[in-house]
Amino acid sequence: MPNILAFSETRLGELRRAGLETVTAARRVADATGGQVHAVLVGAPGVGQFAARLAAHGADVVLVLEHDAFANYNPEAIVATLAQRLGSGYRAAFFAASAQGHDLVARVAAKMKLAYASDVTEFAFSADSVTVQHPGYTNKIVQTFVLKATPAIISLRAGAVLPVENAKAGTVEALASAIDPASSRVKVTLTEKAAGGKIDLGEAPVIIAGGRGLKEAANFALVENLAAAFGNAAVGATRAVTDDGWRPHSDQIGQTGRLVSPDLYVACGISGAIQHLAGMRTSKTIVAINKDKEAPIFKVADYGIVGDVLDILPVLTEEVKKAKAGA
Amino acid sequence: MKLAVCIKRVPDMEGRFKVGPSGTAIDETGLKFDMSDFDGYAAEVAIQITEKLGAGEVTVISLGPDVVQETLRKALSMGAHRAVHLKQDAPVSDGLAIATAIAAELKDGGYDLVLLGRMAVDTQNRSTGAFVAELLGVPFISAISQLNVEGGVVKARRELEGSYELIECPLPAVVTIDEGIARARYPSLKGIMAAKKKPMESKPAQLGAITYQLEKLELPAERAAGRIIGEGRDAVPELVRLLKEEAKVL
Repeated sequence: MPNILAFSETRLGELRRAGLETVTAARRVADATGGQVHAVLVGAPGVGQFAARLAAHGADVVLVLEHDAFANYNPEAIVATLAQRLGSGYRAAFFAASAQGHDLVARVAAKMKLAYASDVTEFAFSADSVTVQHPGYTNKIVQTFVLKATPAIISLRAGAVLPVENAKAGTVEALASAIDPASSRVKVTLTEKAAGGKIDLGEAPVIIAGGRGLKEAANFALVENLAAAFGNAAVGATRAVTDDGWRPHSDQIGQTGRLVSPDLYVACGISGAIQHLAGMRTSKTIVAINKDKEAPIFKVADYGIVGDVLDILPVLTEEVKKAKAGA
Repeated sequence: MKLAVCIKRVPDMEGRFKVGPSGTAIDETGLKFDMSDFDGYAAEVAIQITEKLGAGEVTVISLGPDVVQETLRKALSMGAHRAVHLKQDAPVSDGLAIATAIAAELKDGGYDLVLLGRMAVDTQNRSTGAFVAELLGVPFISAISQLNVEGGVVKARRELEGSYELIECPLPAVVTIDEGIARARYPSLKGIMAAKKKPMESKPAQLGAITYQLEKLELPAERAAGRIIGEGRDAVPELVRLLKEEAKVL
């Protein structure tokens, strides 16, 4: 049976969780169809160190492309290399529907003259097609598509497939760049962590998000304090708040911002406009704190407290600290 | 400098959606339509470039039935110079087939820079820009939050999950526009009047082959109704207990 390729994203010398999600998805398909999982690692010399983790998650083979010209994301060389490799015969290829994935995957597909399935939350393989689901209309509609292209190129929404260990050999093979990587016309000149070295919204198990109910930018300190008490939490915001400059645009959760589904989402002073709900309604557990008991956020919240968020947050922060200390 | 902006007509996302009787289209009854948000930012960025240079031309392109001419006319009233309507009456769900038609129109147009929104807010595929760039064989930078075009070079910034990148490429190029770079202006009365006299060309779209087919649309499953556990700070200990014992997230 043809093999399944999984592209494992790295950035700034770190393997991203999405890189394990793609391998887990590929393993799931290979276990059903009988092919092997070929995981791909591209980066500066040393990136091959992650091969063992990809093997632990189900890679039979890890294809490693190491070169100084891949220290930053090098889209044109990666596109050319992957299109060449996929042309050698694969059933499917999984990528992350991340910022990098959205830059990369459609180009690989177009180079091969293949349609592709973007931002997929569910997939099912049959002999000659793949049926996928992908949210649309600001996540208010679930779209089901049938992809009849081989290889089936798929980008996976973060969290659609959670990493599962399923150890395979993970034999390391060197992968050669299809073009001189220094010849790429598109050059990334700098990659840098956003200020504060925060946990990324897409990867944080807990998100504490603030809205207009906080009344002013300075009160976001209360949200940050609660996030710090959890220790594994990222801070998010509504569009109203980022539009007013209280928080950077990159913190915005909602239909035009980040789409998140953490284990716990704490909405602080957020009324729950439909655009915001679109970005977080798939969270496992939702807590809402809002002074208006009719606020729509309470319709999606598992646990709600009606009251002034400025009054409640310091108390909640202390209680979480105590619970964490006792745990 | 010649710029092209690809725009899509989409329903207003504020509304509630229902699936129409075909099962593959939303019920358009009562919905308002407008330019996709990100495409509006792309149009604004392109218009600002020509305004700053005091020269250049912005062509707006849209694919769809005749009604997309309304959306093109809006871009003209914002300040774009000419419009091209790629006529396609039946809906198409294959992004590569659509991009093939757009690339065919752009190919011999001599465009220095092609701009699109980073995604259409209805289908959320985020692929058209990349498809078009690859089909044209030109450099591509997606989802940019800052842009500077000078001396034949594009310099841009892209927000990533928890970090950012600075990127450069030579013209001609295709870029897609993220939030935070520019807000689409409201057309002035003068702009609306001027738009009526601007050229609008309509021609059949030359779609590529279809291998990605929409099968159905559905509403997502509703979340189970939540509960309000109390009022004010006195409810906090009970919340913490539930997070620990019931939700097991603490």
